[in-house]
Amino acid sequence: MINKIVQTVADAIGPVADGSTILLGGFGTAGMPDELLDALIEVGPRELTIVSNNAGNGEFGIAALLKAGLVRKVVCSFPRSADSYVFDELYRGGKVELELVPQGNLAERIRAAGAGIGAFFCPTGFGTELAGNRETRVIDGKPYVLEFPIHGDLALIKAERGDRWGNLTYRKAARNFGPVMAMAAKRTVATVYEIAELGAMDPEAIVTPGIFVSAVVEIKRMTTQAGGFKKAA
Amino acid sequence: MMKLNPRTKDQLAARVAQDIFDGAVVNLGIGQPTLVGNHLPPGLEVILHSENGILGMGPVPEAGQEDYDLINAGKQPVSLLHGGAYFHHADSFAMMRGGHIDICVLGAFQVSATGDLANWSTGAAGAIPAVGGAMDLATGARQTWVMMDLLTKQGQSKLVESCTYPLTGIGCVKRVYTDLATFHCTPQGLRLVDAVDGLDAAAIQTLVGLPIL
Repeated sequence: MINKIVQTVADAIGPVADGSTILLGGFGTAGMPDELLDALIEVGPRELTIVSNNAGNGEFGIAALLKAGLVRKVVCSFPRSADSYVFDELYRGGKVELELVPQGNLAERIRAAGAGIGAFFCPTGFGTELAGNRETRVIDGKPYVLEFPIHGDLALIKAERGDRWGNLTYRKAARNFGPVMAMAAKRTVATVYEIAELGAMDPEAIVTPGIFVSAVVEIKRMTTQAGGFKKAA
Repeated sequence: MMKLNPRTKDQLAARVAQDIFDGAVVNLGIGQPTLVGNHLPPGLEVILHSENGILGMGPVPEAGQEDYDLINAGKQPVSLLHGGAYFHHADSFAMMRGGHIDICVLGAFQVSATGDLANWSTGAAGAIPAVGGAMDLATGARQTWVMMDLLTKQGQSKLVESCTYPLTGIGCVKRVYTDLATFHCTPQGLRLVDAVDGLDAAAIQTLVGLPIL
């Protein structure tokens, strides 16, 4: 029998090695796997590389992970925000490395990892400093930059509903990076607000098929509030 | 020179909106470009795309109706129109890169006469760099339009021969809408489309310091 449902976020995450690369879903307030991040901080692996769109707000979620001193490198598209002071201070102090990646390249590099692509030529960023000194090629008259996949050791994502095979649906714009990150990591842990009986999820509407998911853990339903704060629904 | 009446931010947004065609799929950048959504001519059916996985984005919900799982690229709460759809990030950016977005409207620090764009970094020491979806949009949308003030607060033209700030994309901007005039960027240089009352091509050329076709 296949049963990917795990009772606690701590058990779902399990041991995490120092130096791991962790893919973290979420965009702004939507889809941040805060409960899993709290559990990851408890596990306490060090020298992590984290891959996410942003670099944390206030002192919760990614910012809490950074503040705990567990992160060596951040790969993201938009670290700056009005309340990203934890990241800002670490970055300015040279305590955390930043790889800035255009948002679409970030998503496609993660997708490529999950899809078994060795590298791909992408037009975004050609001629800019973010193209670095990577190989370029003109194809049909248009210039491209060679982009490499981003593999994760662990992906932590927030979904809405899941079953024991790991099938997932998401809620509104909280989907964001979840589906591609789920594909790209050796282990993927998803929180859901609701566990469905096997067969109860509409197979036409499953967004992430269970093949990409290692563990599903139910969390208490909360609503996301302004600034990412949570309130019991 | 007579006293000029620059377009207000809303007038500028309305000027951009005037050029958006029925049925267009449009991505409005963070900040000033968001205002364009408030000025779309009535009767037009336009689909707004948001980089974080929304097509058919609707207006800001009434107070108390906000859903923070339904936010725009600027992380502000929005709504979804009938017919709207959600999708993941790789699909969202495939829509840009794949040429499925008709128009994106972005802000800018500088635009070159031939359409190079600088809008993500001033290169200032100590600044936290952040690019978001700017490069993907600028190179991916079928047409990239910029809306900005023509001059900096110091009176220097933001339309330049070549950008001194770090580039977002090369030759990607087709049109520049400013508080004083509207331009098309072409491989040959700037073409003047319109200007506020009291500014003629010669006066614009003096302000910009570049040849106007």
